[in-house]
Amino acid sequence: MRVRIEHETHYEYDSPIRALIQILRMTPRSYAGQHVRRWRIEPNIDGHLRQTEDALGNIVHHFSAESGARSLSLQVSGEVETTDTGGVVKGGVTRAPDVYFLRETALTAPDEALRVFAREASDFKPDDVLGSMHRLNNRINAEVTFDTAPTQVVTTANEAFAMRSGVCQDLTHIFVACARHLGVPARYVSGYFVRIDGVVDQDAGHAWAEAQVPGLGWVGFDPANGISTTDAHVRVAVGLDYLGAAPIRGSRWGGGGETMAVKLTVEDAGGSIQSQQQNQG
Amino acid sequence: MPVFDEMNGVAGSGEVRAPYEQLKHWLARTPRELLDTRRSQAELFFRRIGITFAVYGDEAATERLIPFDIIPRIIMKKEWDIVSRGLQQRVKALNMFLADLYGKQDILRAGIIPPELIFTNPFYCLEMQGLKVPHDIYCHIAGIDLVRVDEETFYVLEDNARTPSGVSYMLENREVTMRLFPELYSRHRIMPVENYPDALLACLQSVAPRSGRREPNVAVLTPGQFNSAYYEHSFLADKLGVELVEATDLFVKDDVVYMRTTEGPQRLDVLYRRVDDEYLDPLVFKPDSVLGVPGIFGAYQAGNITLANAVGTGIADDKAVYTYMPEIVKFYTGEEPILKNVPTWRCRDRESLAYVLDNLPDLVVKEVNGSGGYGMLVGPHATKGQIEEFRHKLKADPSNFIAQPTLALSTCPTFVASGVAPRHVDLRPFVLSGADGVEIIPGGLTRVALKEGSLVVNSSQGGGTKDTWVLGA
Amino acid sequence: MLSRTASNLFWLFRYTERADFVARILDATMRLAALPTSYNEERNEWNSALASAGNVALFKQHYDTVNEDTVRDFLAFSPHNPSSIRNCLASARINARAVRTALTAEMWETINDAWLELKNSRGNDMDRDAFSDFLEFTKTVSLHFDGSAYRTMLRNDAYYFTRLGVSIERADNTARILDVKYHVLLPESERVGGSLDYFQWTTILREVQAHTAYHWVYREAVKPWHVADLLILNRQMPRSLACCYESLVRHLDLIADIYGRRGPSQRLAATTSAQLASSRIEEVFGHGLHEWVGKFIVENNQLGAEIAEQYLI
Repeated sequence: MRVRIEHETHYEYDSPIRALIQILRMTPRSYAGQHVRRWRIEPNIDGHLRQTEDALGNIVHHFSAESGARSLSLQVSGEVETTDTGGVVKGGVTRAPDVYFLRETALTAPDEALRVFAREASDFKPDDVLGSMHRLNNRINAEVTFDTAPTQVVTTANEAFAMRSGVCQDLTHIFVACARHLGVPARYVSGYFVRIDGVVDQDAGHAWAEAQVPGLGWVGFDPANGISTTDAHVRVAVGLDYLGAAPIRGSRWGGGGETMAVKLTVEDAGGSIQSQQQNQG
Repeated sequence: MPVFDEMNGVAGSGEVRAPYEQLKHWLARTPRELLDTRRSQAELFFRRIGITFAVYGDEAATERLIPFDIIPRIIMKKEWDIVSRGLQQRVKALNMFLADLYGKQDILRAGIIPPELIFTNPFYCLEMQGLKVPHDIYCHIAGIDLVRVDEETFYVLEDNARTPSGVSYMLENREVTMRLFPELYSRHRIMPVENYPDALLACLQSVAPRSGRREPNVAVLTPGQFNSAYYEHSFLADKLGVELVEATDLFVKDDVVYMRTTEGPQRLDVLYRRVDDEYLDPLVFKPDSVLGVPGIFGAYQAGNITLANAVGTGIADDKAVYTYMPEIVKFYTGEEPILKNVPTWRCRDRESLAYVLDNLPDLVVKEVNGSGGYGMLVGPHATKGQIEEFRHKLKADPSNFIAQPTLALSTCPTFVASGVAPRHVDLRPFVLSGADGVEIIPGGLTRVALKEGSLVVNSSQGGGTKDTWVLGA
Repeated sequence: MLSRTASNLFWLFRYTERADFVARILDATMRLAALPTSYNEERNEWNSALASAGNVALFKQHYDTVNEDTVRDFLAFSPHNPSSIRNCLASARINARAVRTALTAEMWETINDAWLELKNSRGNDMDRDAFSDFLEFTKTVSLHFDGSAYRTMLRNDAYYFTRLGVSIERADNTARILDVKYHVLLPESERVGGSLDYFQWTTILREVQAHTAYHWVYREAVKPWHVADLLILNRQMPRSLACCYESLVRHLDLIADIYGRRGPSQRLAATTSAQLASSRIEEVFGHGLHEWVGKFIVENNQLGAEIAEQYLI
């Protein structure tokens, strides 16, 4: 699939900012399942944009600016060619060994309730990790309602699970927490998703999990959609949890309060090409 | 188990150990009233300096007044020489271990430490992987906790490789003893500790990023005045003659760290930070940290600032890693460790766990990630209930625990309510590692358990401190 | 020096100066209120005290009526009023605590002891005599504190920033009195021999402890334009705007000399000071005293902002 993404994050500040520094994990890299055709990050104020790579292999931009700006827009746009690999991720780059992804974090340390759920929902079979992870994924999808209202960026897996609701981030945290508890290395992925219902305008990027399956390697599970990842998923960054893969982490000096608005369109840009081919055929 | 007293040797021997001859005489001649007077003078001194920093009126102020015992502890030169060589070797190995872990990871490949012990450890900092730090030094300031059990043997109880504190007490204790007992002091040839601030400054300057332009700018970073060790931070900045900064005093621009000063931004080269890793940079670690400097880790990665200690040194003072220290020392130095570890059972190993469970009343069990004497079982002093509670904890999560025999810590004469009596002590020497090698200030901080028979010296658990004399000859 | 340190010193001295000012306003108002009613039919002295030393809008959020009790409470003890004496001393101590090592032991002890005493005090639950003692205590603290600074601090940039804090705050305070009382100083409002006016003018002088100075300088009965002249243009009068600005210029210049660089705050202070030095009181009245003072307050705040921008943040 050829996925076209336009992603604008717009900040309005109460008063002019003095200085700003942001760490952006907003650039996908190519691997076996996806090819980045073009990609651009464009802040609308002058500053210093430096590209590096973090220890997990994510492409990271450090953006710093000194400015009297009262607003900031980060325009991210690009096109990525994806193929359906049945959820299996090959050719990713990371300096961390698989066991690293067994590590608990503050957002994903499971409490007793979640541990019980992990064992029960996955009906864990050490010789069938893939099946166990699918069961876990389906059960999270079935039991935890997608709802943007109750949770925030800092909601933990335990809290979201107790409420049985959350956004894709929370569902992913629950998956990751459960998988690690079962001894399966798991990680958080942030990215984009082409919606099955054809709706192009979205409120936020997407998140899902990857689990290490013996014999297959890393496999993507999308608990919000109850599926393995497909060519509708554009993989941008991975982390132990949301914080490690967050698209934007920033800090500023001056400016007072802020409001943030996101405009995001994710669409299958290959649709028209396919129909032409059909016509020719 | 016979207890070794550093003044009288093993009980009943009736001898006085050589370094304590003068002191024993002096104690015998000095009336109780004079000791009382000296003790109140010492208290007054600490109260005055302590209070002006820790600010009386605040509830936390009393915390700072850790009891000071006026009777010094004395160590002979030949004893110290061995300890000192052992510390050199150990800290050198610690730094090589850290450089290796965040570099090629030979020790993991050699199968000496199980990789999951490192990679699942919260103190292992993946962000440090592949980052070069000046002169490969990670742990610039180490505090190694030692206990003595007999004439010959010092054990390492714990390596403090993050931000060991207590050096201000070492310096002040000496200052007070010199004032209170000038005649006793002058009758011994005591190796100085007063040069510690100079040595620390030289050490910090030596690891500055290569700029070559000018004298490196050094500052001390404190979490702020509400931190329990604020007094020490302020004391050190003062003695070093550098600024004591808080996070808001610093900013990062284009990967360079600056101090906000009345003369405009001033570039900073070395930061002696007393803020923990996870609070250091809200853009990389804990996002809600207000104690950190946004972007400082980026500046660190870019090689524009040296952090002392380096980020990620916590992996080296982890209690689970501690159990591998003898192997670590051997692996990197090719030598036998001069200082021994306390014999330790890793409960992650099945046989060790079985042994520990069978012998709980005789053992000290510690949580791998605990500190300050909490989360710890001292078997011989525990109730049946406490032992059973720990048995459950151990079975539920064995890899989170290690166990050690209850050691007969040495005792030193200590001035307590009933007069001069033996009390258990430990020793925390401070070890500096810079571009020019390792420097150890003779002595360190002696902590003393003031309660009779108690083995817990932590100040949070009622411990006090003593001046520590290393005799020059 | 760290900007934060300079900022703490600057504000430490602003707050102790402000505490002193509020105490003096309250003290003078108590005296005025004690006058027989025949002298003063519209008893509005507590309104006036409130307007001089506090934020009227903030007051109205917390109290229904203006009277001795509420104004005393608001100006001296209220936790809601950032400029109440209690809050001033608490803020002073927080600033002092942060720069403990930049202060001499005497200075620290003065401010810390005052804070401890205040912490244990009963608040507004006191009679007039006890309240007078409290005001006396506040003035003594400021005096002792400023005196220790004068006698014990090294004369370096740290000291100069403390002087900037004192002078900016003092200029603001004097201007606020003038802003509230301008109508009784206007020539056209003069009712010759009116005892009320006389008491109003002397009250102003009392508020700034200039009663004796007035007679020393002008050697005649209290006249409104002399009062204005004394408080605005007379360089001998330590609370006058002209004197405050001389001090601001001097200490900003000393700072600029140390750092080898001048900036907007030096320029702005010098301009205002030169204007004050060359003005005559008739010109001030010619512009309209109220307008003139209003403009001054804005400029003085502007200077505070420039100092902050240049040195303190």
